[in-house]
Amino acid sequence: MVKFVVNGREAHSEQPGDTPLLWVVRDELGLTGTKFGCGIAQCGACTVHVNGVPTRACITPVSSVAGKRITTIEGLSPAADHALQKAWIEEQVPQCGYCQSGQIMAAAALLAKNKKPTRAQIVAHMKGNLCRCGTYNQIVAAIQRAAKQA
Amino acid sequence: MKPEFEGIVFQGISRRAFLLSSGAAAVAVTFGGLSLSKKVLAQAGPYAPNGWVRVGTDNIVTIYAPASEMGQGVMTAMPLLIAEEMDLDWNLCRVEQAPADPKIFGNPLFGGGMLTGASRTTRGYYEIMRLAGMQAREIMLQNAGRKLDVPVSDLSTEPHYVVHKASGRRMSYGEIASFAQVPSSPPQFTRERLKSPKQFRLIGKDIGRIDVPDKVSGRAKYGIDVRQPGMLYATVLRAPVQGEKPEKIDDAAAKKVPGVRAVVPLPYGVGVVADTYWAARKGRNALKVSWSSGAKARAYSSDKALAEFQARARNLSDTGLEFVKEGDPEGALKKGRTFIQAEYSSQHVAQVPMEPMNCTARVDGDKVEIWSPSQAASLVALAATITGFKPENTAINITLLGGGFGRRVDFDYVIDAVLLAKNFQGSAVKVVWPREDDVQFTKFRPLVAQHLSAALDPQGNPIALRHRIVGESVYARANPPAFQKAGGRDIVLCEGAEHITYGVPNRVLYYLREQRGIDVGFWRGVGSGYTKFAIETFIDELASIARKDPVAYRLGLLKNSPRAREVIEEVVRMSQWHSPRPRGRALGIAYSDSWETHCAQVAEVSVDRKTGAVRVHEVWCAVDCGVALQPRNVAAQMESAIMFGLSAALAEQVTFKDGVPQQSNFHDYPVLRMDQAPLVHVKVMVTENKPGGIGEVGLPPIAPAVANALAKLTGKRLRDLPFKKEMLKA
Repeated sequence: MVKFVVNGREAHSEQPGDTPLLWVVRDELGLTGTKFGCGIAQCGACTVHVNGVPTRACITPVSSVAGKRITTIEGLSPAADHALQKAWIEEQVPQCGYCQSGQIMAAAALLAKNKKPTRAQIVAHMKGNLCRCGTYNQIVAAIQRAAKQA
Repeated sequence: MKPEFEGIVFQGISRRAFLLSSGAAAVAVTFGGLSLSKKVLAQAGPYAPNGWVRVGTDNIVTIYAPASEMGQGVMTAMPLLIAEEMDLDWNLCRVEQAPADPKIFGNPLFGGGMLTGASRTTRGYYEIMRLAGMQAREIMLQNAGRKLDVPVSDLSTEPHYVVHKASGRRMSYGEIASFAQVPSSPPQFTRERLKSPKQFRLIGKDIGRIDVPDKVSGRAKYGIDVRQPGMLYATVLRAPVQGEKPEKIDDAAAKKVPGVRAVVPLPYGVGVVADTYWAARKGRNALKVSWSSGAKARAYSSDKALAEFQARARNLSDTGLEFVKEGDPEGALKKGRTFIQAEYSSQHVAQVPMEPMNCTARVDGDKVEIWSPSQAASLVALAATITGFKPENTAINITLLGGGFGRRVDFDYVIDAVLLAKNFQGSAVKVVWPREDDVQFTKFRPLVAQHLSAALDPQGNPIALRHRIVGESVYARANPPAFQKAGGRDIVLCEGAEHITYGVPNRVLYYLREQRGIDVGFWRGVGSGYTKFAIETFIDELASIARKDPVAYRLGLLKNSPRAREVIEEVVRMSQWHSPRPRGRALGIAYSDSWETHCAQVAEVSVDRKTGAVRVHEVWCAVDCGVALQPRNVAAQMESAIMFGLSAALAEQVTFKDGVPQQSNFHDYPVLRMDQAPLVHVKVMVTENKPGGIGEVGLPPIAPAVANALAKLTGKRLRDLPFKKEMLKA
């Protein structure tokens, strides 16, 4: 059994230690906002924070997060009103929306360390997150909007 | 004359690959006709003036969304049509995904089937949903009239209210719902009574998409998020080459994986069902399977196939099927002052929506319930029929789709789930494809070779155009009877080439069909993606031979289409076409008329001559789709399709070697990332024309616009998709 903290609450997994955190979060804990996209850390749909660091849950064995703090999209802001989430709505970013949990979690990690990122810094930070609907410019606009309001 | 794409039945699949419903000669779903009012819900609870809406006594009106929401905004834009004519307060409206009931919710453009694709949602529902809204409004008026004891003609509506002006009395729709009766013969209307665009209060105004808040909070439920009590998880090891079957299965190691419940042989692979998805994946990895080796597709290698297709394209004595003929093209081709020809190729591409293929099913005796992120409720129903369930015993839930792009018209993942669930009576089974399977075993955009020829008059204008297209048929697989009825014309494969707006007096299109054993299917802007690439780069080349500006040349050929001219003129203004660009950059233009929408784009491009790497800096796009239901969303769809088309043009391809796909995931099937994304400026031109398609429209012009800019920069004409970088190296 692996113990850790998810979205501020103590949690544990009964799964074998090599099970990716992604499937523990989604299927064992029922937090389905974190998405499966590629399984090889190429798309970013599974991005969560582990001790504040953006992490690809699809290649993170659950054994490696023992005792750590994990934040998923559901825990980013209890009322889903994080500045980024509000900006995402203002800019009407999502289309299919499937990648957006990962996008927002990646962006939140950026703003946590850089309150006023330039466009180039945003692109450099976000380019690991794929969006097949191509909402990249709207994502940049939403991050800039959130940064302005922070 | 022009064959209409009639939708899809995938008849062949059931017979050839499954043979599950023995003796069934055909399993095509019969699509019912359209009925606005036949189904009336029970009187208990909310009041349902017709099948499309329920009015709650709490004043909340629930509207059904008939099409699958895959990012294109139809869950908002379609219900809005009802709200417009029923005169609803949008803030008091709720939207629900429509149940799989094609009699009410079918799209007339797909023979009444519930299918979302081919940019036909708005075009199909634009009138019938407004008529349904108008009918519901009239029923509210009639009920209020009876209650107030006044003639209906003295009543009017304001959003969510019936108003009697003379007495100042008002009744909310919710109040009316508490006593309303359903008329024995519901009022019927014709389109003449519908509002004119000038009267629209909701259509054409930007309203926030109703699916967006849940998509930023993590609450949105896609197919892959379905959870059922006691649910099992599954994945399938698929045959490495299409058409092969498992011959010998050694599942000893797989069954030893803790959590694995069963290993299930399937006609096309081996399923592993487990307590968790990870256990199913580990079980799959532990399988040792030997496969049959006789499949036709074993002989399929992309390089060889393309060379053969190209040889056939240029062999003019092989005419295949004459798809379209106008005037005397072959005669006129011999008469021009100048004769030009060019060859084009496009590789297979995969759709790779961000949500991998998945489906959940629960079988209980002769009943099945399916949860599916599908573009086609009617085809999920067909999958249930193929796997042995009667329509009346089939329950279908369409979830949100994490992207579709044509992939989710097909239903192979539904077949997986139902076949596996049959082994676990009473338990839901969720099957999830690894991304690798999604890339390798999709229904690909066809590998296509094209050959274009033109004869020019002394002024440099084309007097004749011959277009030859070689490729595996999409339509023949998807709907064999309709394909035959259309005389073998593949309206999907040749999309974008059957009709062109440019005035060319003599024109011929040939379709030369190939059958190589690899399934091809739908993709965003399927045919137009490569046919417009060929046509628009060819036109550009003709302009340069005629020594004319590509804009002026196109405008000259579009004298009879003011809408086409206007989008081109607008994009020229937006991009400042005639202004000089920074050193090392150039502009290219292209135009598309597909899906009854006019779209022109200009791309500003540079290229690294050392590496051949292409950089698209900025794209300007002007679009006239007629009435734009949600202009901001139209602009978003244009930008989305531009990114999608650019991604394919720059790098996407799935190649085959001896029938085996050579790419498998995003590391070797690269899709466009943020650092490659151009800035995009879209102008949605407001016109009162009937709405055209939107979801795919932005795609066809981008590849040729970029290629035309690259021709200016390098002097090289790119005629292959994806672009061949080595051609751009200096």
